[in-house]
Amino acid sequence: MVTRGFVGRRQPPETGARLPPGQYLTDDFPILQIGPNPAVDLATWRFTLREGSRPIKTWSWAEFEALPRTTWTGDIHCVTKWSKFDTTWEGVSFDDLLADAGIAAPTNFLVAESYDDYSTNVPVADLVGGRALVATRYAGQPIHPDHGGPARLFVPHLYFWKSAKWVKGLRFTNVDTAGFWELRGYHMYGDPWREQRYIGD
Amino acid sequence: MSSATSVIEPVVFRWHRAEIVAIAPVTPHVTSVRLRCGLAAAYRAGQHVDVRLTAEDGYQAQRSYSIASAQDGSGTFELMIEGLPDGEVSGWFSQAAAVGDHVELRGPIGGSFSWDGPDGGPLLLGGGGSGVVPLLAMLRRRAQGWRQIPAALIYSVRTRAEAIALAELESLAAADPNVSLHLATTREAGGRRIDAALVGDALARLGPPGKVFLCGSNRFVAAASDLIMAAGVAPGLIRTERFGA
Repeated sequence: MVTRGFVGRRQPPETGARLPPGQYLTDDFPILQIGPNPAVDLATWRFTLREGSRPIKTWSWAEFEALPRTTWTGDIHCVTKWSKFDTTWEGVSFDDLLADAGIAAPTNFLVAESYDDYSTNVPVADLVGGRALVATRYAGQPIHPDHGGPARLFVPHLYFWKSAKWVKGLRFTNVDTAGFWELRGYHMYGDPWREQRYIGD
Repeated sequence: MSSATSVIEPVVFRWHRAEIVAIAPVTPHVTSVRLRCGLAAAYRAGQHVDVRLTAEDGYQAQRSYSIASAQDGSGTFELMIEGLPDGEVSGWFSQAAAVGDHVELRGPIGGSFSWDGPDGGPLLLGGGGSGVVPLLAMLRRRAQGWRQIPAALIYSVRTRAEAIALAELESLAAADPNVSLHLATTREAGGRRIDAALVGDALARLGPPGKVFLCGSNRFVAAASDLIMAAGVAPGLIRTERFGA
């Protein structure tokens, strides 16, 4: 449906090709979250892998920082329509977490759980093979609390609400179990290139 | 998706055609747009909609805007859209849009940042600039039958001339003993930013809040959150929406 009088601002082709449908490029780094930043103290910070309610492995901050590091540079896409190009993140890959825990993924799905009330679900297949980190550095610096530090899940090929801020653990589930936004109408998977913003997209 | 047992709000957001039935500036930078649309039949105060515009060649742009009105059975609702410099979508609303034009909408979106009378209060609301729009919707909803719920609005804005719905808010606060307005004008002589004293005044009028909603720039929301938590309000009561960087 054409909107009378709307022309729009065209991106250069090289920019447009990197923007998923419905997205626009920003140089800012907008902040979106459900409430205030939670108080997270590195002295008591823990990261725990669980299967259901059973803990598999827990790391302290010092233990976590000693794990192998992976760096990723590329574009991120937020469901609120902004995309940001050429961002650099560093952290521990999901593969390296599993290796340090000495396990293979026990189920095909998990829920990332955060120090605030937030949670989000991601299929294990989208985390393995170097596709995801638990990130602790952005642009070479510790991640600012506004952007989810000290540690956030980082799954850049999905909309950024899947990259849970202030993450405290990953809980393997037998079935794909909706998280905070997925219970409120957001898409269970969230592929920006298929514009899966909301249920039914 | 079919996890029906766990879905709180089973909704599918389809695009709806909407017609502009009224449009007018409300401040030098903000335009009120009233739209007739099926989505107006059911929404909660605080929610937003996605707006999509389509050019002749099929190019599309989308943005999200908060609903300013409360449900009123008219089949319409009101958006208040701030015109941003080079705003691709907001620029169309402020410069080209007219009564009778059509756009596409979907939603309403945002179950977390929303309020209705049965949710209760007291309501502590904090808005920075156009971040006041979803809070205005909450106050309008409250006025439809929930006036016994105390509400305090902290509103930070550059100047009085740029304050959205200021006459409505001031007359509400003057007429309703359960509502207080705490205005912080940041770019006027004698003005101030939100500070501990302002938050203290609001809490003294309101009593301990049951719900806190903060919306505005990141700077405003971060400052307001910190001040409200420092005044003893539990973080879990606070819901935030932010725009810009």
